[in-house]
Amino acid sequence: MNRKIVVPGEIIASGEDFLPGEGTEKKQKDIIALKYGLAEENKNLVKVIPLSGVYNPRRGNVVIGKVENVTFNGWVLDINASETGFLSLMEVPRYVNKDNLEEVMDIGDMAVVKIWNINKRGIDLSLKSRGLGKIEKGIIIKVNSNKVPRIIGKEGSMIKIIKEETNCNITVGQNGFIWINGEKIEDELLAKKAILFITEKSFIDGLTDEVKKWFKENKNA
Amino acid sequence: MKTPKITQERIIEYLNQEKRFDGRGKDEFRDIQVELNVSKKAEGSARVKMGKTEVIVGVKMGVSEPYPDSPNKGNLMTTAELLPLSSSRIELGRPGFDSIELGRVIDRGLRESGFIDFEKLCIKEGEKVWTIFVDIYSINDDGNLLDAAGIGAIIALKNAKLPKYDEKEEKILYEEKTDKGLPLLDKIPFSLTVHKIGNNFIVDPTREEEDISEARVTIGSYDNFIASMQKGEVGEISVEDFNKALDLAEESKNKVFKKIEKYLK
Amino acid sequence: MPKEFKRTDGRKIDETRPIKAKVGIIPNADGSAMFSTGDTIAIAAVYGPKKMHPQHQQNPEKGTLRCTYNMNSFSVSDRIRPGPSRRSIEISKITEWALEPVLMLDKYQNKVIDVHINIIQADAGTRCAGINAASMALAHAGIPMKNLISSISIGKLDKQLVVDVNKDEEDWEEGEGATDIPISMTGDEKLTHIQLDGKISKEQLKEAVELARKSCKEIYEIQKKALKESVENKK
Repeated sequence: MNRKIVVPGEIIASGEDFLPGEGTEKKQKDIIALKYGLAEENKNLVKVIPLSGVYNPRRGNVVIGKVENVTFNGWVLDINASETGFLSLMEVPRYVNKDNLEEVMDIGDMAVVKIWNINKRGIDLSLKSRGLGKIEKGIIIKVNSNKVPRIIGKEGSMIKIIKEETNCNITVGQNGFIWINGEKIEDELLAKKAILFITEKSFIDGLTDEVKKWFKENKNA
Repeated sequence: MKTPKITQERIIEYLNQEKRFDGRGKDEFRDIQVELNVSKKAEGSARVKMGKTEVIVGVKMGVSEPYPDSPNKGNLMTTAELLPLSSSRIELGRPGFDSIELGRVIDRGLRESGFIDFEKLCIKEGEKVWTIFVDIYSINDDGNLLDAAGIGAIIALKNAKLPKYDEKEEKILYEEKTDKGLPLLDKIPFSLTVHKIGNNFIVDPTREEEDISEARVTIGSYDNFIASMQKGEVGEISVEDFNKALDLAEESKNKVFKKIEKYLK
Repeated sequence: MPKEFKRTDGRKIDETRPIKAKVGIIPNADGSAMFSTGDTIAIAAVYGPKKMHPQHQQNPEKGTLRCTYNMNSFSVSDRIRPGPSRRSIEISKITEWALEPVLMLDKYQNKVIDVHINIIQADAGTRCAGINAASMALAHAGIPMKNLISSISIGKLDKQLVVDVNKDEEDWEEGEGATDIPISMTGDEKLTHIQLDGKISKEQLKEAVELARKSCKEIYEIQKKALKESVENKK
């Protein structure tokens, strides 16, 4: 089955063998889309890959969040989901004085965090891993979280090209927030432009070549 | 989400180098797109897009009794609605201060410039005068709704046509538009806002930039005169900086005018 | 043989006005769309799902769909004072009821999905245009939905049933006058909304619903195309 754009209620495939994956349901023989997105079939499992929509947090995701509030025992972060996340002071890899939480991170600061648990009470975040921590400088851009896989690319191939071409450190949060840190602001802005280019062309095949071409044309503009 | 601190720092760093994220100069506006006659039911209307910011402005005419202290003059009423559909930051419910201020700032710019010849809006002295309603709606907020609204208002007014007024029946025949425009003077009033970020002054901020604007001054000018002014936000401006802002506004105004001239014929 | 009923704009009795539909018109929104039929133009923006504010309106059992319908002051000949009116509040509720059946809100406890509808130009059928735009915007926002919702206004002018009433027809005064029947249906032809203003026999009402079924199918295809095209155009 060719990948195709489907709308809610549309019959994607019909047949006994097909199984309803994410974003679909099975009614008798029909696999019906429950979301607007790209329908894909793999070994009889039919699913819909969303193209849009608010970020859906998953355990284990590394995301970038912004401190909205400092409480007596931690920080509340906006992680671009329909819920905020909570970073407890126990989840910071060094001793934090209960009276000095603001000194570690204050309202408006951004951090790379990991979602270590999601339950009825909310989303729990942690800084206790390599690569996590408060963000000191650079720029933050926001893209639709559904585009993140394309920006990262197969085994990180796409993001690698951007990092090399722009000489920037780039951390892509699964929630669509991306931190770009380079030596020159021009480099950061070039990386930003490249990433936005990818989000606009995310559906095409051969995107890697298009991006390489884009850099040739835009790098010295 | 408001612009994060680290991005704010970068924006200011870059401004100190006379540069902006989207490559514009400090006195440059984004690309402006204008569409006339957005609603056939309006006497005049315009859609203005500046980058991703979009507003629509409509002009409606009404007939009513004049105010007692101006029996031979028509009226102007300017309202703005920041629609929740234009931004996640706008709450449902009664118009907030921002909506009210926007309406009043645009109103002042139109009124103080003498753009509208209110006496020509008189139908019967002491009894019947035209009222011009200018209604502004935000459709997408990516910064500088204020100036987009100002541009939309003058274009909508310039392109508006008076409907027929049946004096016998005392009814406005909206379906029958005349060829007559509104009684406007030739010189166009122009509202332009200058924002202070750190030690820099810019015009036409994107949402990202407007988030870190410490102070802003909206200057309503007309020909070579300044007719109205409003300072907003809590920051302070030194007198020298204020003068710089005035100069910047003037330079910028000339550039923008060229972009929208054709809609103001 | 009965004379073919003449509509003011020359349409056939089962013909809709020319329809335009587009998604992605408001960059800030999670989903957005424009839907117009003839001179009636509606836009819709969806924000959510997100935490419900004010807190006391949070529903711990399922998510809330919150619709606001608003007509621009200059969308009609006689200027409407900006702000909500009884009519706009009623239509907001009707819109929620028309859309909710296809949403699966039990996954969104304490959350809200905000749908904002704005009428830019009105020539009758505004609530239907609003529902059509809102349905596309919800899908565009990636909200899980069992189906799209399509909406059309069926009219009875004196004794004649017509599809997609315009303002002139809404004001029909001859004979039995105008009866206005806005109807919304899911893509698999289930009714989610029906209203009636006027006077009609049971048999004719059944006919009206049948006409709506056909038209809603046409509208569904247009909505589907708009959603698919928003992606295709980017290739």
